[in-house]
Amino acid sequence: MSTSQISRRDNFQLSMLLNDKRYRSYTFQFFALIILICIMAYLGKNLLENLAAAGLNISYSFLGEASGYDINQRLIEYNSQSTHLRAAFVGVLNTLLVAFLGCIMATIFGVTAGILRLSNNWIVAKLMMIYVEIFRNVPVLIWILIIHSVFLTILPQPKAFRGENPEASMLWDAFAFTGRGIYIPKPVFYDGSLIVIATFILSIIGVFAFRNYSRKKLYDTGQLIETRWTSVVIFFVPTLLVYFVMGNPIGLEYPELKGFNFKGGIYARGSLISLWFALSIYTGAFIAEVVRAGIQSVNQGQSEAAGALGLRSNLVMNLVILPQALRVIVPPLISFYLNITKNSSLALAVGYMDITGTLGGITLNQTGRAIEAVLLLMLFYLVISLSISAIMNVYNRSIMLKER
Amino acid sequence: MKTSFILGAVTVAGLTAGAAFAGTLDDVKARGKLNCGVSTGVPGFAEPDANGVWQGFDVAVCRAVAAAVLNDSDAIEFVPTTGKTRFTALASGEIDMLARNTTWTFSRDVDLKFEFVGVNYYDGQGFMAKADLGVSSATELDGATVCIQTGTTTELNLADFFRSNNMSYEAVPVETGSEAVTNYMAGACDVFTTDRSALAARRANMENPNEHVVLPEIVSKEPLGPLVRHGDNNWGDVVRWTLNALITAEELGVTAANVAEMAKGTKIPEMNRLLGSEGNLGEMLGLDADWAHRAIAVSGNYGEIFENNIGASTIIGLARGVNAKWTDGGLIYSPPFR
Amino acid sequence: MSDNRNSFVRHEMLSERAPPVGERGVLKWARENLFSSVFNTIMTIVSVWVIYSIAVGVAPWFFNGVWNAETTRECYEILDGVNGACFAVLRERFPQLIYGFTYPSSEYWRPNLATVLLLVALAPVLFRRLPKGLLVFTVIYPFLAYWLIWGGSILIPTVAFVGCFIGVACYKKFSSGAFVTAITLSLISAYLCWFLGGYLISWNDAFLSLEIVPSRDMGGFMLNLLLGTIAVSLSIPLGIALALGRQSNMPIIKWICVVFIEFIRGVPLITLLFVANVILAFFFPPETSIDLILRVIIMMTFFNSAYIAEVVRGGLAALPSGQYEAANSLGLDYSQSMRFIILPQALKISIPGIVNVSVGMLKDTTLVSIISMFDLVGMIRGPILSSTDWNGVYWELFGAAAAIFFVVCFTVSKYSQWLERQLETGKH
Repeated sequence: MSTSQISRRDNFQLSMLLNDKRYRSYTFQFFALIILICIMAYLGKNLLENLAAAGLNISYSFLGEASGYDINQRLIEYNSQSTHLRAAFVGVLNTLLVAFLGCIMATIFGVTAGILRLSNNWIVAKLMMIYVEIFRNVPVLIWILIIHSVFLTILPQPKAFRGENPEASMLWDAFAFTGRGIYIPKPVFYDGSLIVIATFILSIIGVFAFRNYSRKKLYDTGQLIETRWTSVVIFFVPTLLVYFVMGNPIGLEYPELKGFNFKGGIYARGSLISLWFALSIYTGAFIAEVVRAGIQSVNQGQSEAAGALGLRSNLVMNLVILPQALRVIVPPLISFYLNITKNSSLALAVGYMDITGTLGGITLNQTGRAIEAVLLLMLFYLVISLSISAIMNVYNRSIMLKER
Repeated sequence: MKTSFILGAVTVAGLTAGAAFAGTLDDVKARGKLNCGVSTGVPGFAEPDANGVWQGFDVAVCRAVAAAVLNDSDAIEFVPTTGKTRFTALASGEIDMLARNTTWTFSRDVDLKFEFVGVNYYDGQGFMAKADLGVSSATELDGATVCIQTGTTTELNLADFFRSNNMSYEAVPVETGSEAVTNYMAGACDVFTTDRSALAARRANMENPNEHVVLPEIVSKEPLGPLVRHGDNNWGDVVRWTLNALITAEELGVTAANVAEMAKGTKIPEMNRLLGSEGNLGEMLGLDADWAHRAIAVSGNYGEIFENNIGASTIIGLARGVNAKWTDGGLIYSPPFR
Repeated sequence: MSDNRNSFVRHEMLSERAPPVGERGVLKWARENLFSSVFNTIMTIVSVWVIYSIAVGVAPWFFNGVWNAETTRECYEILDGVNGACFAVLRERFPQLIYGFTYPSSEYWRPNLATVLLLVALAPVLFRRLPKGLLVFTVIYPFLAYWLIWGGSILIPTVAFVGCFIGVACYKKFSSGAFVTAITLSLISAYLCWFLGGYLISWNDAFLSLEIVPSRDMGGFMLNLLLGTIAVSLSIPLGIALALGRQSNMPIIKWICVVFIEFIRGVPLITLLFVANVILAFFFPPETSIDLILRVIIMMTFFNSAYIAEVVRGGLAALPSGQYEAANSLGLDYSQSMRFIILPQALKISIPGIVNVSVGMLKDTTLVSIISMFDLVGMIRGPILSSTDWNGVYWELFGAAAAIFFVVCFTVSKYSQWLERQLETGKH
């Protein structure tokens, strides 16, 4: 018996590479690897030949040169004398900004629509169904273009605010909604504002500490302490006191119509707002479906049991259904967040200067370094996608751990 | 004889464009079609009409080249390109020539490895504003919002202009020219900047052209012309001298109407050399003797093309200005056919 | 019985009394569904207000629409200051929106017929109750559609089909023997058939020939459908292969698949289209340059297959491990167990997901407008918006584009929901 095994191992024949199950997978993988290497080598060879024929080369030195163009929305210092690399960073930050805002807004839209779709109010449920179906079944690019033009045409332009009897006026003299964007007051920090902010942060911590204390008290002694109004008092009173004692150290800078445009305040450009809104309302429709499915996936008995315990319907939702539904909702939610980030690359349809607009747009055009720019662009998105899914997976796992 | 079926089928499907880097002239002849890059639509310069036939000032150059090389002014594949795609389309061999008001600059010529074969329109960047804005000069535009088409030299010129005049501005970058106009009309920007020829074309297209003014400043030099890839001098020569033939034809008074008669031979030696009744210029280019005759016959000489597409009598209504022929004090000048 | 004489017993039932007004009909329904609580009442009022304001805003614009005009100016003249749409642009540019502006108008019947036949070909795949015999047409359809849309001699698709047919037949015949032999033989026979067919075609390439339409000339919604259909149908087999590769226990294969899938899923489609547009040409041999539409199809296929792979992987993971073990214990080898046991079940679960991904793909074909291809959106943003005649017409066009996509995508997603319900009932 043992001799026969040994002899079989010794009599290794070449045909076993094809016919023996133990070795066939090695052969197969070996050939797959060879073919892959051959394809890579072939493409690489073509690339080098073509580049040589066109007299081009691969070089990233253009990143260090002055870009020569301006970017309207810049979260970091940038002007036309800055380098292309810095322009790319401005674009990265703009992408991250719109993606971040979009994720928040899409979640709000999606969760609201998803819950309302299950509402027993017939008209609301139908309205939400129409919203979901209309937005899900039309390409996001068309939505971006339509919403951008809605924004452009419906809101008044700065010109309408001018003159003796302006057609449009600012809301409370603080907010200006124009077709070019929305202007809101900007906080200005004077001396002593740090103390106010510190107080504010401390009172937030205080609210949490108080709630913890009352919960502990409840568990330990069964004594229920009223938390809602006390929390509100802790939240507002100290900050307001310090604010007035310090002599109004935080002011507001209001937007004002000066020359062609409004000046001052925080300016959210039309391109940002329409892209943000379009991405969130589009993705919100998908999230709504996921939320609905998640809620429906929770067994009916759960809500009945909670009702039998005497919980009110909002408490049933918050304490029983949503925590269980979240396990179903979160994994697809992650991929929708990723989708928002990736779809934000459609920014160039409305002229929002994200990374695709700066590095993949103007820089690419002005330097002609298409291969380099597109590769860098893909690398950026890849890093973003992989890190978002990594972070979300960690969160996902922390939720899943509670499962029995 | 087809040796491989697959390649045959793919060729029939028009999926391969054939050889790209060998000799463009031979490729074009073998293919029987000229791949010409144009813009996605600028009125008067290149736009498809309601029947889908491309018309315009830039398109006429393509048609002249196709007529000279292939004896058929319709044997053209018009490849629409945006500011972003035009150079890669040319560099990768997808198109044989680019006739899309493209500015001749040092870096495009030298760094991007293209060859500008000449200038068919001398342009400059300008600004258009609504008349009721009350602006009469571009130097009053401090703080203005400017609509601009991305992917063009106008972006860089704009940044330079405002920086050198110590003014600030807010750019509204837009992907296509027509969307820039949509934005401008909706009031998303105070002024719209691009080449003055395009401004005139867009303004002419508006509902009430009188409500818009083109500001007097010209902030840049924009010599626009057709271009080909670096390194294929033969093909570059064909396109260059087709353009020059159109210009020379205007100088010599050869028009679409009389070119057939003139080609029989005249007393003017240069005209005879141009139209092939004397000398062998066509042969030197790798074409036949009638090449220039055919190129001119398509839509006439440079002056006729100008007048018919963008001239004063058209809706665009551009004056010849610096684009008059040199004998009239303009800049349009062709080296001699000799 | 006699005891009953003293007491009164009603012998017939009283007729039912109608429920109180508040408990019946519209009122009950309204009370329960619209005004059951203060919050609900507020919601109802808000919803009605939303519907009302949208209707008031859109209805006059829509119903005052002008359908007969040649230019925008004419439109405005007819409207004479009244708020109204200029639908005339849709009427005049309809062929351009659907077929693009260079597809020969005498040949419009060809894509129309191809679309109708597409539905016929898809029917046996989509509805399993239909007779299996119809699948023959599904197999023939791609070759027929190629001939209809691109034109040329019918010999080309015929030879291609015969080659494929012979190849598959060969494989079937020898598949009882060694896998490698069967594959090699079938490839050789197919290639031989194509090779000989090449001579046949060059001998008579006008046989039953339709006018050749190069792919450059395709545009409008037809281009969206074309790209979507081709990319989806090519990406399904590729996606299944990738999913199997990712589940495989061969490390090299597994890692190739993982890297491919994660890379494609990690980047936006638009960057892949940039690659198709500006980079891919550099990777092909210098002598050939492949048309943009083919490069776009390649990239879209890759893109879609990565997503389909993930859906199929979900389907594979959802199968209980007993199925794998049962297949092994029957002594089936890998390909047999996959073909007969695992994939049929896994794919059945994955079909709704695949349909959803495919609807996404169809919607994403609009992105080609960004790389200057004239699909439906590209047609609008390019030639139509910049044309002299139709200056300033915007809503009508994008509204129409949205409506066209909505009709198609909504139908498909309704189908997917129906299928999901079918599968659910099948499970119990």
